Amino acid sequence: MNPKRKQRLMVVLFLLAGAGATVALTLLALNENLNLFYPPDQIVSGEAPTQTRIRAGGMVMAGSVARQANGLDVSFVLTDYEGSDFEVRYSGILPDLFREGQGILVQGQLGSDGVFKADEVLAKHDENYMPPELADMHRPAAPGGDAE
Amino acid sequence: MSFASFGEFLNMGGHALYVWLSYGAAAGVMLYNWAAARRQQRRALQDVLDRMRREAGGRADGRAGRGDEER
Amino acid sequence: MTLKELWHRLGSPRWFYRISGPLAWVLGILALVLLVSGSVWGLAFAPPDYQQGNSFRIIYIHVPTAIVAQSAYMLMGVAGAILLVWRMKMADMVLAATVPFGMTMTALALFTGAVWGKPTWGAWWVWDARTTSMLVLLFLYFGLYALRQAIPRQETAGRACAVLAVVGVINIPIIKYSVDWWLTLHQGATFRLTEAPAMPPEMWIPLAVNVLGLYCFFGANLVGRLRAEIVRREARTAWVRALAAGELQTAREVSEDEVLRMGPGPGAGR
Repeated sequence: MNPKRKQRLMVVLFLLAGAGATVALTLLALNENLNLFYPPDQIVSGEAPTQTRIRAGGMVMAGSVARQANGLDVSFVLTDYEGSDFEVRYSGILPDLFREGQGILVQGQLGSDGVFKADEVLAKHDENYMPPELADMHRPAAPGGDAE
Repeated sequence: MSFASFGEFLNMGGHALYVWLSYGAAAGVMLYNWAAARRQQRRALQDVLDRMRREAGGRADGRAGRGDEER
Repeated sequence: MTLKELWHRLGSPRWFYRISGPLAWVLGILALVLLVSGSVWGLAFAPPDYQQGNSFRIIYIHVPTAIVAQSAYMLMGVAGAILLVWRMKMADMVLAATVPFGMTMTALALFTGAVWGKPTWGAWWVWDARTTSMLVLLFLYFGLYALRQAIPRQETAGRACAVLAVVGVINIPIIKYSVDWWLTLHQGATFRLTEAPAMPPEMWIPLAVNVLGLYCFFGANLVGRLRAEIVRREARTAWVRALAAGELQTAREVSEDEVLRMGPGPGAGR
Protein backbone atom coordinates (compact mmCIF):
# COMPACT_ATOMS: atom_id res chain seq x y z
CA MET A 1 0.00 0.00 0.00
CA ASN A 2 1.43 3.37 -0.91
CA PRO A 3 2.16 5.91 1.85
CA LYS A 4 -0.70 8.19 0.87
CA ARG A 5 -3.28 5.40 1.22
CA LYS A 6 -1.69 4.22 4.42
CA GLN A 7 -2.09 7.71 5.81
CA ARG A 8 -5.75 7.84 4.76
CA LEU A 9 -6.33 4.42 6.28
CA MET A 10 -4.93 5.71 9.55
CA VAL A 11 -7.27 8.70 9.38
CA VAL A 12 -10.25 6.39 8.86
CA LEU A 13 -9.15 4.15 11.73
CA PHE A 14 -8.66 7.15 14.02
CA LEU A 15 -12.06 8.46 13.03
CA LEU A 16 -13.65 5.14 13.89
CA ALA A 17 -11.69 4.75 17.13
CA GLY A 18 -12.46 8.32 18.22
CA ALA A 19 -16.14 8.04 17.51
CA GLY A 20 -16.21 4.58 19.08
CA ALA A 21 -14.56 5.82 22.26
CA THR A 22 -16.94 8.78 22.49
CA VAL A 23 -19.98 6.56 22.13
CA ALA A 24 -18.58 3.92 24.50
CA LEU A 25 -17.89 6.51 27.22
CA THR A 26 -21.33 8.07 26.77
CA LEU A 27 -23.01 4.69 27.08
CA LEU A 28 -20.90 3.83 30.10
CA ALA A 29 -21.90 7.09 31.78
CA LEU A 30 -25.55 6.49 30.97
CA ASN A 31 -25.38 2.80 31.71
CA GLU A 32 -27.94 2.58 34.49
CA ASN A 33 -30.32 4.93 32.70
CA LEU A 34 -30.32 2.78 29.62
CA ASN A 35 -32.02 -0.02 31.48
CA LEU A 36 -35.67 -0.02 30.63
CA PHE A 37 -36.79 -1.08 34.07
CA TYR A 38 -35.75 -1.65 37.69
CA PRO A 39 -35.30 -5.31 38.64
CA PRO A 40 -36.89 -6.55 41.91
CA ASP A 41 -33.70 -6.24 44.00
CA GLN A 42 -33.43 -2.53 43.20
CA ILE A 43 -37.08 -2.00 44.08
CA VAL A 44 -36.66 -3.78 47.41
CA SER A 45 -33.35 -2.17 48.32
CA GLY A 46 -34.78 1.29 47.78
CA GLU A 47 -32.55 2.16 44.82
CA ALA A 48 -35.63 2.85 42.75
CA PRO A 49 -37.20 6.27 43.32
CA THR A 50 -40.63 6.42 44.91
CA GLN A 51 -43.53 8.73 44.04
CA THR A 52 -42.38 9.10 40.46
CA ARG A 53 -43.29 7.26 37.31
CA ILE A 54 -40.90 4.35 36.75
CA ARG A 55 -40.84 0.91 35.20
CA ALA A 56 -40.16 -2.26 37.13
CA GLY A 57 -39.87 -5.84 35.99
CA GLY A 58 -39.78 -9.36 37.31
CA MET A 59 -41.42 -12.76 37.10
CA VAL A 60 -44.98 -13.26 38.27
CA MET A 61 -44.70 -15.40 41.40
CA ALA A 62 -46.72 -18.61 41.26
CA GLY A 63 -49.93 -18.42 43.29
CA SER A 64 -49.63 -14.69 43.88
CA VAL A 65 -52.21 -13.48 41.37
CA ALA A 66 -55.33 -12.29 43.20
CA ARG A 67 -58.29 -10.75 41.40
CA GLN A 68 -60.85 -8.57 43.09
CA ALA A 69 -64.53 -9.30 42.68
CA ASN A 70 -65.00 -6.54 40.10
CA GLY A 71 -62.76 -8.50 37.74
CA LEU A 72 -60.51 -5.58 36.81
CA ASP A 73 -58.49 -4.93 39.97
CA VAL A 74 -55.69 -7.42 40.26
CA SER A 75 -52.67 -7.78 42.48
CA PHE A 76 -49.65 -10.01 42.04
CA VAL A 77 -46.08 -10.36 43.21
CA LEU A 78 -43.06 -9.85 40.93
CA THR A 79 -39.94 -11.75 41.92
CA ASP A 80 -36.43 -12.44 40.64
CA TYR A 81 -36.47 -15.92 42.25
CA GLU A 82 -33.45 -14.79 44.27
CA GLY A 83 -35.19 -13.53 47.33
CA SER A 84 -36.36 -10.11 46.16
CA ASP A 85 -40.02 -9.56 45.43
CA PHE A 86 -42.61 -6.80 45.59
CA GLU A 87 -46.35 -6.47 45.27
CA VAL A 88 -48.03 -4.85 42.28
CA ARG A 89 -51.59 -3.53 42.09
CA TYR A 90 -53.17 -2.88 38.76
CA SER A 91 -56.56 -2.13 37.38
CA GLY A 92 -57.22 -2.96 33.76
CA ILE A 93 -56.85 -5.58 31.10
CA LEU A 94 -53.76 -7.77 31.34
CA PRO A 95 -51.81 -8.72 28.18
CA ASP A 96 -52.41 -12.15 26.61
CA LEU A 97 -49.04 -13.42 27.72
CA PHE A 98 -49.63 -12.54 31.38
CA ARG A 99 -49.41 -15.72 33.44
CA GLU A 100 -47.61 -17.10 36.43
CA GLY A 101 -43.88 -17.45 35.89
CA GLN A 102 -43.96 -14.97 32.98
CA GLY A 103 -41.57 -12.02 32.81
CA ILE A 104 -43.63 -8.85 33.24
CA LEU A 105 -42.93 -5.14 33.04
CA VAL A 106 -45.05 -2.69 34.96
CA GLN A 107 -45.13 1.06 34.64
CA GLY A 108 -46.40 3.24 37.45
CA GLN A 109 -45.44 4.53 40.87
CA LEU A 110 -43.69 2.82 43.72
CA GLY A 111 -45.37 3.78 46.97
CA SER A 112 -43.47 4.36 50.18
CA ASP A 113 -45.13 1.19 51.50
CA GLY A 114 -43.26 -0.81 48.87
CA VAL A 115 -46.38 -1.55 46.84
CA PHE A 116 -46.15 -0.73 43.16
CA LYS A 117 -49.25 0.89 41.68
CA ALA A 118 -49.14 0.07 37.97
CA ASP A 119 -51.04 1.83 35.23
CA GLU A 120 -49.54 -0.26 32.45
CA VAL A 121 -48.56 -3.93 32.31
CA LEU A 122 -46.36 -5.30 29.51
CA ALA A 123 -45.40 -8.92 28.93
CA LYS A 124 -41.83 -9.92 28.18
CA HIS A 125 -40.99 -13.15 26.41
CA ASP A 126 -37.68 -14.83 25.69
CA GLU A 127 -36.17 -16.26 22.51
CA ASN A 128 -36.99 -19.85 23.46
CA TYR A 129 -39.84 -20.25 21.03
CA MET A 130 -41.51 -23.64 21.21
CA PRO A 131 -44.43 -25.50 19.67
CA PRO A 132 -47.23 -26.08 22.21
CA GLU A 133 -46.80 -29.88 22.28
CA LEU A 134 -43.10 -29.54 23.01
CA ALA A 135 -43.76 -27.01 25.75
CA ASP A 136 -46.17 -29.46 27.40
CA MET A 137 -43.49 -32.13 27.36
CA HIS A 138 -40.86 -29.81 28.78
CA ARG A 139 -42.88 -28.53 31.65
CA PRO A 140 -45.58 -30.99 32.65
CA ALA A 141 -46.08 -29.19 35.95
CA ALA A 142 -46.49 -25.76 34.36
CA PRO A 143 -49.48 -23.85 35.64
CA GLY A 144 -52.44 -23.59 33.30
CA GLY A 145 -52.18 -21.33 30.30
CA ASP A 146 -54.31 -18.59 31.78
CA ALA A 147 -53.54 -15.92 34.28
CA GLU A 148 -56.03 -17.26 36.72
CA MET B 1 -49.89 -28.15 8.01
CA SER B 2 -50.47 -26.24 11.18
CA PHE B 3 -54.10 -25.30 10.44
CA ALA B 4 -57.19 -27.49 10.04
CA SER B 5 -58.92 -25.30 7.48
CA PHE B 6 -58.28 -22.35 5.20
CA GLY B 7 -60.53 -20.20 7.35
CA GLU B 8 -58.42 -20.97 10.39
CA PHE B 9 -55.30 -20.15 8.40
CA LEU B 10 -56.71 -16.76 7.50
CA ASN B 11 -57.80 -16.12 11.05
CA MET B 12 -54.34 -16.87 12.50
CA GLY B 13 -55.80 -17.74 15.87
CA GLY B 14 -57.26 -14.26 16.24
CA HIS B 15 -54.01 -12.52 15.30
CA ALA B 16 -54.98 -12.11 11.64
CA LEU B 17 -54.63 -8.33 11.66
CA TYR B 18 -51.08 -8.38 13.00
CA VAL B 19 -49.78 -11.28 10.96
CA TRP B 20 -51.28 -10.23 7.63
CA LEU B 21 -50.36 -6.59 8.19
CA SER B 22 -46.71 -7.64 8.64
CA TYR B 23 -46.63 -9.90 5.61
CA GLY B 24 -48.54 -7.38 3.51
CA ALA B 25 -46.16 -4.56 4.41
CA ALA B 26 -43.20 -6.83 3.65
CA ALA B 27 -44.61 -7.78 0.25
CA GLY B 28 -45.23 -4.11 -0.52
CA VAL B 29 -41.69 -3.08 0.43
CA MET B 30 -40.16 -5.91 -1.62
CA LEU B 31 -42.24 -5.01 -4.67
CA TYR B 32 -41.35 -1.35 -4.27
CA ASN B 33 -37.63 -2.11 -4.14
CA TRP B 34 -37.87 -4.37 -7.15
CA ALA B 35 -39.82 -1.81 -9.17
CA ALA B 36 -37.59 1.08 -8.11
CA ALA B 37 -34.42 -0.71 -9.21
CA ARG B 38 -36.02 -1.61 -12.54
CA ARG B 39 -37.34 1.88 -13.12
CA GLN B 40 -33.96 3.44 -12.31
CA GLN B 41 -32.14 1.19 -14.76
CA ARG B 42 -34.60 2.02 -17.49
CA ARG B 43 -34.55 5.73 -16.70
CA ALA B 44 -30.72 5.86 -16.65
CA LEU B 45 -30.44 4.28 -20.10
CA GLN B 46 -33.28 6.40 -21.42
CA ASP B 47 -31.49 9.55 -20.28
CA VAL B 48 -28.36 8.56 -22.18
CA LEU B 49 -30.46 7.81 -25.26
CA ASP B 50 -32.27 11.12 -24.99
CA ARG B 51 -29.04 13.04 -24.76
CA MET B 52 -27.61 11.21 -27.75
CA ARG B 53 -30.76 11.93 -29.74
CA ARG B 54 -30.57 15.59 -28.79
CA GLU B 55 -26.94 15.76 -29.84
CA ALA B 56 -27.65 13.83 -33.02
CA GLY B 57 -30.69 16.01 -33.68
CA GLY B 58 -28.43 19.02 -33.90
CA ARG B 59 -26.54 17.44 -36.77
CA ALA B 60 -28.92 15.04 -38.47
CA ASP B 61 -32.63 15.44 -37.86
CA GLY B 62 -33.93 12.13 -39.26
CA ARG B 63 -32.48 9.91 -36.59
CA ALA B 64 -33.78 11.89 -33.66
CA GLY B 65 -37.28 11.94 -35.11
CA ARG B 66 -37.35 8.22 -35.55
CA GLY B 67 -35.99 7.69 -32.07
CA ASP B 68 -38.85 9.61 -30.52
CA GLU B 69 -41.47 7.49 -32.21
CA GLU B 70 -40.09 4.38 -30.64
CA ARG B 71 -40.95 5.42 -27.16
CA MET C 1 -7.95 -14.55 -11.46
CA THR C 2 -5.91 -13.53 -8.48
CA LEU C 3 -7.37 -11.57 -5.61
CA LYS C 4 -5.49 -8.48 -6.67
CA GLU C 5 -6.87 -8.69 -10.18
CA LEU C 6 -10.38 -9.11 -8.84
CA TRP C 7 -9.87 -6.07 -6.66
CA HIS C 8 -8.85 -3.99 -9.67
CA ARG C 9 -11.68 -5.33 -11.77
CA LEU C 10 -14.25 -4.60 -9.07
CA GLY C 11 -13.08 -1.04 -9.32
CA SER C 12 -14.11 -0.95 -12.96
CA PRO C 13 -17.76 -0.01 -13.49
CA ARG C 14 -17.61 -1.24 -17.04
CA TRP C 15 -16.40 -4.69 -16.06
CA PHE C 16 -19.01 -4.90 -13.33
CA TYR C 17 -21.78 -3.82 -15.68
CA ARG C 18 -20.78 -6.47 -18.17
CA ILE C 19 -20.79 -9.38 -15.73
CA SER C 20 -23.65 -8.29 -13.48
CA GLY C 21 -26.65 -8.60 -15.78
CA PRO C 22 -27.10 -12.35 -15.34
CA LEU C 23 -26.02 -12.09 -11.69
CA ALA C 24 -29.02 -9.90 -10.86
CA TRP C 25 -31.38 -12.39 -12.47
CA VAL C 26 -29.89 -15.43 -10.77
CA LEU C 27 -30.00 -13.73 -7.37
CA GLY C 28 -33.49 -12.40 -8.02
CA ILE C 29 -34.93 -15.79 -8.96
CA LEU C 30 -33.19 -17.41 -6.00
CA ALA C 31 -34.63 -14.74 -3.73
CA LEU C 32 -38.13 -15.27 -5.09
CA VAL C 33 -37.97 -19.05 -4.63
CA LEU C 34 -36.46 -18.86 -1.13
CA LEU C 35 -38.69 -16.06 0.17
CA VAL C 36 -41.90 -17.59 -1.13
CA SER C 37 -41.09 -21.06 0.22
CA GLY C 38 -39.77 -19.73 3.53
CA SER C 39 -42.83 -17.53 4.06
CA VAL C 40 -45.37 -20.20 3.09
CA TRP C 41 -43.55 -22.64 5.35
CA GLY C 42 -43.47 -20.17 8.21
CA LEU C 43 -47.06 -19.05 7.75
CA ALA C 44 -48.79 -22.37 7.22
CA PHE C 45 -46.55 -25.26 8.23
CA ALA C 46 -44.36 -24.14 11.13
CA PRO C 47 -45.98 -24.75 14.51
CA PRO C 48 -47.29 -21.81 16.54
CA ASP C 49 -45.44 -20.71 19.68
CA TYR C 50 -46.72 -22.14 22.96
CA GLN C 51 -47.07 -18.64 24.45
CA GLN C 52 -47.71 -16.33 21.55
CA GLY C 53 -49.73 -18.56 19.28
CA ASN C 54 -49.78 -17.47 15.66
CA SER C 55 -48.53 -13.91 16.12
CA PHE C 56 -45.15 -15.64 16.45
CA ARG C 57 -45.20 -16.07 12.65
CA ILE C 58 -44.24 -12.41 12.30
CA ILE C 59 -40.73 -13.56 13.23
CA TYR C 60 -40.28 -14.90 9.68
CA ILE C 61 -40.39 -11.31 8.40
CA HIS C 62 -39.10 -9.39 11.37
CA VAL C 63 -35.81 -11.19 12.00
CA PRO C 64 -34.64 -11.41 8.35
CA THR C 65 -35.36 -7.73 7.71
CA ALA C 66 -33.57 -6.69 10.90
CA ILE C 67 -30.53 -8.84 10.04
CA VAL C 68 -30.31 -7.60 6.45
CA ALA C 69 -30.86 -3.97 7.49
CA GLN C 70 -27.77 -4.23 9.69
CA SER C 71 -25.73 -6.15 7.11
CA ALA C 72 -26.54 -3.49 4.52
CA TYR C 73 -25.21 -0.87 6.89
CA MET C 74 -22.03 -2.89 7.46
CA LEU C 75 -21.56 -3.09 3.71
CA MET C 76 -21.90 0.69 3.48
CA GLY C 77 -19.34 1.11 6.25
CA VAL C 78 -16.86 -1.06 4.35
CA ALA C 79 -17.62 0.75 1.07
CA GLY C 80 -17.19 4.07 2.86
CA ALA C 81 -13.77 3.05 4.22
CA ILE C 82 -12.69 1.84 0.76
CA LEU C 83 -13.82 5.12 -0.77
CA LEU C 84 -11.93 7.16 1.81
CA VAL C 85 -8.71 5.17 1.54
CA TRP C 86 -8.54 4.02 -2.08
CA ARG C 87 -10.82 6.64 -3.68
CA MET C 88 -12.51 3.87 -5.66
CA LYS C 89 -15.54 5.32 -7.44
CA MET C 90 -17.35 1.98 -7.44
CA ALA C 91 -17.31 2.11 -3.62
CA ASP C 92 -19.26 5.37 -3.69
CA MET C 93 -21.77 3.85 -6.11
CA VAL C 94 -22.23 0.84 -3.81
CA LEU C 95 -22.74 3.22 -0.91
CA ALA C 96 -25.34 5.24 -2.81
CA ALA C 97 -27.12 2.17 -4.17
CA THR C 98 -27.44 0.50 -0.76
CA VAL C 99 -29.06 3.40 1.10
CA PRO C 100 -32.66 3.10 -0.19
CA PHE C 101 -32.80 -0.66 0.30
CA GLY C 102 -31.30 -0.55 3.80
CA MET C 103 -33.63 2.28 4.74
CA THR C 104 -36.75 0.36 3.70
CA MET C 105 -35.52 -2.80 5.45
CA THR C 106 -34.91 -0.92 8.70
CA ALA C 107 -38.33 0.69 8.47
CA LEU C 108 -39.89 -2.71 7.80
CA ALA C 109 -38.08 -4.27 10.77
CA LEU C 110 -39.37 -1.48 13.03
CA PHE C 111 -42.89 -1.73 11.61
CA THR C 112 -43.16 -5.51 11.94
CA GLY C 113 -41.64 -5.18 15.41
CA ALA C 114 -44.39 -2.79 16.42
CA VAL C 115 -47.05 -5.02 14.92
CA TRP C 116 -45.56 -8.00 16.75
CA GLY C 117 -45.16 -6.03 19.96
CA LYS C 118 -48.81 -5.05 20.23
CA PRO C 119 -50.26 -8.55 20.69
CA THR C 120 -47.29 -9.99 22.63
CA TRP C 121 -45.88 -7.21 24.82
CA GLY C 122 -49.06 -5.21 24.94
CA ALA C 123 -47.55 -2.06 23.38
CA TRP C 124 -46.72 -0.91 19.86
CA TRP C 125 -43.54 0.77 20.99
CA VAL C 126 -41.30 0.78 24.04
CA TRP C 127 -38.18 2.90 24.37
CA ASP C 128 -35.79 0.13 25.32
CA ALA C 129 -32.17 -0.13 24.21
CA ARG C 130 -32.88 -2.48 21.28
CA THR C 131 -35.76 -0.57 19.73
CA THR C 132 -34.07 2.80 20.26
CA SER C 133 -30.76 1.72 18.71
CA MET C 134 -32.70 0.32 15.75
CA LEU C 135 -34.45 3.68 15.40
CA VAL C 136 -31.03 5.33 15.40
CA LEU C 137 -30.12 3.05 12.49
CA LEU C 138 -33.13 4.33 10.57
CA PHE C 139 -32.06 7.91 11.23
CA LEU C 140 -28.54 7.09 10.04
CA TYR C 141 -30.06 5.88 6.78
CA PHE C 142 -32.15 9.06 6.57
CA GLY C 143 -28.99 11.07 7.21
CA LEU C 144 -27.08 9.30 4.43
CA TYR C 145 -29.95 9.86 2.03
CA ALA C 146 -30.34 13.53 2.93
CA LEU C 147 -26.60 14.23 2.90
CA ARG C 148 -26.26 13.05 -0.68
CA GLN C 149 -29.22 15.17 -1.75
CA ALA C 150 -27.87 18.21 0.08
CA ILE C 151 -24.39 18.29 -1.46
CA PRO C 152 -24.45 18.98 -5.18
CA ARG C 153 -20.84 18.10 -5.93
CA GLN C 154 -20.66 14.34 -6.34
CA GLU C 155 -17.17 13.81 -4.99
CA THR C 156 -17.80 15.88 -1.86
CA ALA C 157 -21.15 14.20 -1.27
CA GLY C 158 -19.53 10.79 -1.61
CA ARG C 159 -16.85 11.55 0.97
CA ALA C 160 -19.29 13.09 3.43
CA CYS C 161 -21.53 10.04 3.15
CA ALA C 162 -18.52 7.75 3.52
CA VAL C 163 -17.54 9.43 6.80
CA LEU C 164 -21.09 9.17 8.15
CA ALA C 165 -21.34 5.53 7.02
CA VAL C 166 -18.03 4.61 8.69
CA VAL C 167 -18.81 6.40 11.96
CA GLY C 168 -22.35 4.97 12.05
CA VAL C 169 -20.97 1.42 12.03
CA ILE C 170 -20.51 1.87 15.79
CA ASN C 171 -24.26 1.56 16.15
CA ILE C 172 -24.26 -2.01 14.80
CA PRO C 173 -22.59 -3.70 17.82
CA ILE C 174 -24.81 -1.56 20.04
CA ILE C 175 -27.92 -2.95 18.34
CA LYS C 176 -26.53 -6.47 18.54
CA TYR C 177 -25.52 -6.43 22.19
CA SER C 178 -28.22 -4.07 23.49
CA VAL C 179 -30.27 -7.02 24.72
CA ASP C 180 -27.27 -8.39 26.64
CA TRP C 181 -25.84 -5.16 28.05
CA TRP C 182 -29.05 -3.63 29.36
CA LEU C 183 -32.41 -4.68 30.71
CA THR C 184 -34.77 -4.53 27.75
CA LEU C 185 -38.28 -5.62 26.95
CA HIS C 186 -36.97 -7.06 23.70
CA GLN C 187 -35.99 -10.73 23.88
CA GLY C 188 -32.46 -12.01 23.25
CA ALA C 189 -30.99 -12.92 19.86
CA THR C 190 -32.82 -15.57 17.85
CA PHE C 191 -29.68 -16.77 16.05
CA ARG C 192 -26.30 -16.84 17.73
CA LEU C 193 -23.08 -17.92 16.05
CA THR C 194 -21.88 -20.00 18.96
CA GLU C 195 -25.04 -21.84 19.95
CA ALA C 196 -27.79 -23.76 18.25
CA PRO C 197 -31.08 -21.83 18.24
CA ALA C 198 -33.35 -22.54 21.16
CA MET C 199 -36.25 -23.31 18.83
CA PRO C 200 -36.80 -26.72 17.24
CA PRO C 201 -35.81 -27.12 13.54
CA GLU C 202 -39.38 -26.95 12.22
CA MET C 203 -39.44 -23.39 13.55
CA TRP C 204 -35.97 -22.11 12.67
CA ILE C 205 -35.38 -23.73 9.26
CA PRO C 206 -38.05 -21.60 7.52
CA LEU C 207 -36.55 -18.60 9.29
CA ALA C 208 -33.09 -19.46 7.96
CA VAL C 209 -34.59 -19.89 4.48
CA ASN C 210 -36.11 -16.43 4.63
CA VAL C 211 -32.87 -14.88 5.92
CA LEU C 212 -30.99 -16.44 3.01
CA GLY C 213 -33.72 -15.38 0.59
CA LEU C 214 -33.63 -11.80 1.79
CA TYR C 215 -29.84 -11.70 1.41
CA CYS C 216 -30.32 -12.85 -2.19
CA PHE C 217 -32.95 -10.18 -2.71
CA PHE C 218 -30.58 -7.60 -1.25
CA GLY C 219 -27.89 -8.78 -3.66
CA ALA C 220 -30.21 -8.64 -6.66
CA ASN C 221 -31.54 -5.23 -5.69
CA LEU C 222 -28.07 -3.84 -5.04
CA VAL C 223 -26.84 -5.06 -8.43
CA GLY C 224 -29.89 -3.57 -10.15
CA ARG C 225 -29.54 -0.18 -8.50
CA LEU C 226 -25.77 -0.27 -9.02
CA ARG C 227 -26.25 -0.82 -12.77
CA ALA C 228 -28.51 2.21 -12.90
CA GLU C 229 -25.99 4.23 -10.91
CA ILE C 230 -23.17 3.16 -13.23
CA VAL C 231 -25.07 4.21 -16.37
CA ARG C 232 -26.01 7.50 -14.74
CA ARG C 233 -22.50 8.41 -13.64
CA GLU C 234 -20.68 7.10 -16.68
CA ALA C 235 -23.22 8.58 -19.06
CA ARG C 236 -20.57 10.56 -20.91
CA THR C 237 -18.14 7.70 -21.44
CA ALA C 238 -17.79 6.04 -24.80
CA TRP C 239 -18.79 2.61 -23.54
CA VAL C 240 -22.10 3.73 -22.06
CA ARG C 241 -22.91 5.69 -25.20
CA ALA C 242 -22.08 2.62 -27.24
CA LEU C 243 -24.31 0.60 -24.94
CA ALA C 244 -27.16 3.03 -25.43
CA ALA C 245 -26.55 3.20 -29.17
CA GLY C 246 -26.64 -0.57 -29.34
CA GLU C 247 -29.97 -0.43 -27.65
CA LEU C 248 -31.24 2.19 -30.07
CA GLN C 249 -30.45 -0.17 -32.92
CA THR C 250 -31.97 -3.16 -31.24
CA ALA C 251 -35.03 -1.28 -30.04
CA ARG C 252 -36.71 -1.68 -33.41
CA GLU C 253 -36.98 -5.45 -33.14
CA VAL C 254 -36.95 -6.08 -29.39
CA SER C 255 -38.72 -4.40 -26.53
CA GLU C 256 -36.89 -2.29 -24.00
CA ASP C 257 -37.37 -4.85 -21.25
CA GLU C 258 -35.57 -7.50 -23.19
CA VAL C 259 -32.74 -5.18 -24.10
CA LEU C 260 -32.19 -4.40 -20.44
CA ARG C 261 -31.97 -8.08 -19.74
CA MET C 262 -29.42 -8.65 -22.45
CA GLY C 263 -26.81 -6.54 -20.72
CA PRO C 264 -24.29 -4.41 -22.59
CA GLY C 265 -25.67 -5.07 -26.05
CA PRO C 266 -23.77 -5.38 -29.31
CA GLY C 267 -22.39 -1.87 -29.38
CA ALA C 268 -20.63 -2.07 -26.04
CA GLY C 269 -17.59 -3.89 -27.37
CA ARG C 270 -15.38 -6.38 -25.53
